[in-house]
Amino acid sequence: MFLLSFVSYIMVDFAIDPLEDLRASTSPNKEQLIANRSAMLMLDKSPLERYWSWLIGFVQGDFGIAWQTQQKVGDMLPNAISTSVSLVLMATVLAIILGVIVGVVSALRQYTGFDYAITFVSFVLYSLPVFWVAVLLKQYLAIGLNDFLAKPEPNWLLVAAGSILCGLFWMGAIGGKPGRLALVFASATAATFAVVVFILISGWLDHPSIGIVGLSVIAIASAIVVTMLFAGLANRRALYSALTVAAIGIALYYPLQWYFYFFEMDWLYIFELLGAAILVGLGVGWLFGGPDRAVSMRGGALTALLTSVVVFVDRVLQVYPQYYASGKIRGRPIATIGAETPSLHADFWTTQLDRFTHILLPTIALVLISFASYTRYQRGSMLEVMSQDYIRTARAKGLSERVVIMRHALRNALMPLTAIVPIDFLTLIGGAIITETIFGWSGMGKLFNDALKAAEIDPVMAYIVLVGGVTMLANILADFCYGLLDPRIRVNA
Amino acid sequence: MNEEELDYQAGEGRGDNAIEAKETEGLSQGQIVWRKFTRHVGAMSALGVLLATALFAISAMGVGPIPGWWKYQDPEATHPMENGGAPSANHPFGQDNIGVDNFAAVMTGVKTSLLIMVLIGVTTLIVGVSVGALAGYYRGWLDNLLMRFTDLVITLPTLVIGAVLGVMVSKAPGKLGWSDESVQEVYRWMPVLLGIALGLILWPSLARLVRGEFLALREREFVDSARVAGASDLRIMLKHILPNSVGVIIVNVTLLMSSAVVLETALSFLGFGVRSPNISLGNLISTNQGAFATRPWLFWWPGLFIIIIALTVNFIGDGLRDAFDPRTKKIPSISKMRRSFAQFTKEQ
Repeated sequence: MFLLSFVSYIMVDFAIDPLEDLRASTSPNKEQLIANRSAMLMLDKSPLERYWSWLIGFVQGDFGIAWQTQQKVGDMLPNAISTSVSLVLMATVLAIILGVIVGVVSALRQYTGFDYAITFVSFVLYSLPVFWVAVLLKQYLAIGLNDFLAKPEPNWLLVAAGSILCGLFWMGAIGGKPGRLALVFASATAATFAVVVFILISGWLDHPSIGIVGLSVIAIASAIVVTMLFAGLANRRALYSALTVAAIGIALYYPLQWYFYFFEMDWLYIFELLGAAILVGLGVGWLFGGPDRAVSMRGGALTALLTSVVVFVDRVLQVYPQYYASGKIRGRPIATIGAETPSLHADFWTTQLDRFTHILLPTIALVLISFASYTRYQRGSMLEVMSQDYIRTARAKGLSERVVIMRHALRNALMPLTAIVPIDFLTLIGGAIITETIFGWSGMGKLFNDALKAAEIDPVMAYIVLVGGVTMLANILADFCYGLLDPRIRVNA
Repeated sequence: MNEEELDYQAGEGRGDNAIEAKETEGLSQGQIVWRKFTRHVGAMSALGVLLATALFAISAMGVGPIPGWWKYQDPEATHPMENGGAPSANHPFGQDNIGVDNFAAVMTGVKTSLLIMVLIGVTTLIVGVSVGALAGYYRGWLDNLLMRFTDLVITLPTLVIGAVLGVMVSKAPGKLGWSDESVQEVYRWMPVLLGIALGLILWPSLARLVRGEFLALREREFVDSARVAGASDLRIMLKHILPNSVGVIIVNVTLLMSSAVVLETALSFLGFGVRSPNISLGNLISTNQGAFATRPWLFWWPGLFIIIIALTVNFIGDGLRDAFDPRTKKIPSISKMRRSFAQFTKEQ
């Protein structure tokens, strides 16, 4: 760590040139100015002495100042860190979930058209330069979307193409015999088309909300899907407990609206409510009991989690008309600059919506890139696991394909992921330099970028030491997790 | 599902595979790899596209003193506006707001990016293989020292070190007070310097892999027999171990080069990499991003070429990986396997 800070200090010190503008200046007291600044930044001393004084300050908790603006680095850091983390956290979580699902499905359908298509798409995404995507999103998608939201005129060709694509995706993902393929394709295409048409025709875009009907559909569907994946529909107790949880969620919809209306919310309340929901889910699962209580409890909790998220999203969407009408955003809801609309004094829900519209584009940019690598990684590790002997054994003893995949294969295939996720998270923070710069988020990456351009060594060093330190920690953590999960590996540290 | 499984097993069991059949004839390892690679449709078409792009760009803008076939050889010269700057017969990629020919600029950018990519590949290859080979072969304190050094370089995101190095290369001459001509000279060679500098930070992952290979291979019998026969350390490393680890090395250098293209363009985009008077695809996008609404072609073409280069190199790397991996076998499609299974049952 000391070595890292030393080497990078010397490197950065050599790289930047704080006197550049003065050397080229024509003012009469040039010599005087140079001397002043040299004294301020201790340029008259050797780099070693400068490093030493920086290190002394750093160890004592004084991160130095950005001398061009005279801001203390210590004051800039907390803001920058929270901005970066909120940006990257969401993107990483989304990318992991999507990447794992698509990777696993692609591995299970190895050497089919679906697999080839996914491989090709992930290759393309992998080769995309993030800055190009970001500029594209900002200049193209944002403008298009905003125009569209202002005057929703459906582009039928696009709708049809999207529906067919969606149908093809589901067809490939579910697979099966030609007859079933056609059926899946037709129903998925029709369903997508119907939903999109409903959204466009009914004016949903002006007054978006999910409502009690949508909530019921989503809650029951998620109860069934969760049960199907984790317990199998044959496990009646698990199915009933998940459905009960969904029913409780639906029954609580109106009381919750009332509650949200009369009480000012903040994140603490939300998390308490979420915790309560999960507890309810666990409790219902426990009450249904049976020989395999844990499975029912897990299904109940997951259903509760999904239902609560839907209720939350619904409430946030409800403020959209009001948000759209407010003068602050000037009728352009999808923002391209910054992390929030400045001086938007609004209640909790509107703030959330505002955050969401700001985080949307940078998240898409980040997810597109890292999604590709997760998909490829997960596909590879799933394929490797599926060719193991114990999978054959599991199949041979007559376990259903669901149990083989979910219990035997997926758990083992997820293990290597624990080794790369922490490191990837940090690389993303580093890689977010570009995304933050383009979308004007004043996070860590932008701090580094600006400071390096302005020849300010202290912020640059704070960034390097922080990122370097956290990377080391993450490496240790990754090794540790891996050792915990995989008893074959011994960590000798 | 069950029937499919059965089909699958049957298809695999028959092994009606040209390479496998030939394997019994006794092909050398190199021949097997070469055959597998040339039969990899994706990799071969990617190789074709990449070579075509490189040839096109180089022949269009010329190499060194030799002029190319494109009529506007100076990517900075301004020409009278045609068609309001939109793509026209004279300027197929359009013009920017002062009339610079976009085709010349993009082609020069492609040349620069390819040059940097190759330089990064070569530098990484040299440094990574030497470090990895020494650490893996000699082990002990040398290994420790080199690996700690590797850890140090790998700690920071490459973009960060790349940015610092990029600034260093561009600022150092001015800071050291060199004469104007030598500063100009340094700027002219900026892409070369940048390529080498980036190569100097991208080698650790390769070094680790090579070290692993050397650690495993040095315990093998053929190394012992070479040593007993009196071979020197250098000879063992170069003649006996290195050829056996060449697969890992080639595959990883290729994949590294594809990410290097994106890294270089990203740095140039941020303004830490190639800067004027040199042109790279990254700084073309950076200067033109504001003009997206009015002159989108200035933005599309450089991006398209970045994707083409990175994608093709990626595909080539993937093809190489399959070719070098003895476990991958070409598996016929499901319908083919069904057919062969049907034939198989009929024969019996």
